[in-house]
Amino acid sequence: MQRSNSYIFTFIVALTMTCAVLLSLTNEALKDKQAANVAFEKRQFILTTFMGAEAIGAMKPEEVNKVYDEKVKSSVVDFNGKVLDMQPDDLELVKEYKKPIEERLLPVYTITGSEGLEYVVLPTYGFGLWDNIWGYVALEKDMNTIKGIVFDHKGETPGLGARITTDEIQTRYEGKTIRDESGELVSVTMMKGENGGGEKSVSAFEGKPHKVDGMSGATLTGNGINDMLSDYFKAYNNYFKQQSVEKTASN
Amino acid sequence: MSTAVEEKKSAPAQPFIGKKERQLLSDPLDSNNPITVQVLGICSALAVTVQMKPAFFMTLGVIFVTMMSNLIISMMRNIIPGRVRIIVQLAVVSTFVILVDQVLKAYAYDVSKELSVFVGLIVTNCIVMGRLEAFAMGNKPFPSLLDGIGNGLGYGAILMVVAFIREILGSGSVFGFKVFDAIGINYIGNGVMVIPAGASIAIGLVIWAQRARNGMVESD
Repeated sequence: MQRSNSYIFTFIVALTMTCAVLLSLTNEALKDKQAANVAFEKRQFILTTFMGAEAIGAMKPEEVNKVYDEKVKSSVVDFNGKVLDMQPDDLELVKEYKKPIEERLLPVYTITGSEGLEYVVLPTYGFGLWDNIWGYVALEKDMNTIKGIVFDHKGETPGLGARITTDEIQTRYEGKTIRDESGELVSVTMMKGENGGGEKSVSAFEGKPHKVDGMSGATLTGNGINDMLSDYFKAYNNYFKQQSVEKTASN
Repeated sequence: MSTAVEEKKSAPAQPFIGKKERQLLSDPLDSNNPITVQVLGICSALAVTVQMKPAFFMTLGVIFVTMMSNLIISMMRNIIPGRVRIIVQLAVVSTFVILVDQVLKAYAYDVSKELSVFVGLIVTNCIVMGRLEAFAMGNKPFPSLLDGIGNGLGYGAILMVVAFIREILGSGSVFGFKVFDAIGINYIGNGVMVIPAGASIAIGLVIWAQRARNGMVESD
């Protein structure tokens, strides 16, 4: 049966409105719960960078919150390394990422133990192959050695670029350094091609402190990771310098 | 999610379920299975079957979407303008898929991350649209509802079988529980089963086994 055009238009508009109302109601009802999940995941990420994925995976949510509250302190610094009077929750990483590097406000998470500062954890943000990628990098107190790293992404290809979220890829960064012998910032670069995955990939790059093995079939995501890391190491560089100055002064 | 489970249980208790209705539920599980016989929905079946837990949530999601969209489209079938019916179906399916996605993000965040894009891709699952075009557009709401549940279950059953094969051979576990460790065997996971190629092999074997049992042969 042929319907008139006006019937079709009315029908489609009514249908679209119904669907839209239904979905916005759902979104409104579930928004808080989803935001809480994301906030909790961020805590897990930060702890994972220096405690390892296995330890965090075995912990209950309450334990994660407890350890986080005990160990992690957060602050915000600017490009010159000056500590500002605000908290990371006050700013949006995405918006800061889009600003020029000198104008960014940069969250810093410091982990203190019985012997003072142990690690600093830095959030990073960048663009992969299809969409945004982000990560957390834990540096030892020398502001040079990577203790651990966590990546996450929005829309990288499952099985290829999405591998950046796996422990296998992230452990490749452990123990790498971001400066050469003269102290110049060089970052850590993921290479093209892959040397067999797993342990083989780690051992193939032993003794090469600024390089890690690539991901076969995901070179462009790897490039995104490289850009993200060098971009943010540059942004934090003044903060790093200041930290080492403070340390020598206190010695 | 919870409605999907409730409906499944209460359906057989309906007094007016006859042979025809029972067939609507049971045919997609075996002789007219959407994956093994019609070979639809393969993409997601390959992608989400590395472990049983995500496969299980994917199953629930697809059952919910096929069931609800079949029901709604069947209820609207006489007022849907024929010229835009595919768009209408798509809008209804998408709405339910986004609902599933939102609920997962709120109540099963880790699973929702594991399933990533594949929840959204239920929209393009040929099983859903196929059932709407082939069944719900021409049948009353109740049979359509049963047809939706049946096809969702048929899809889910294969998903769970493939996920079982892949998880036990690939990771030596069932629903994350390390079976081989528990009985004291040192099992080294088979790497092929973890990658998509392993899913292809597993699904191929399941299709072969099922067709051999039913004596089904593709016509030339």
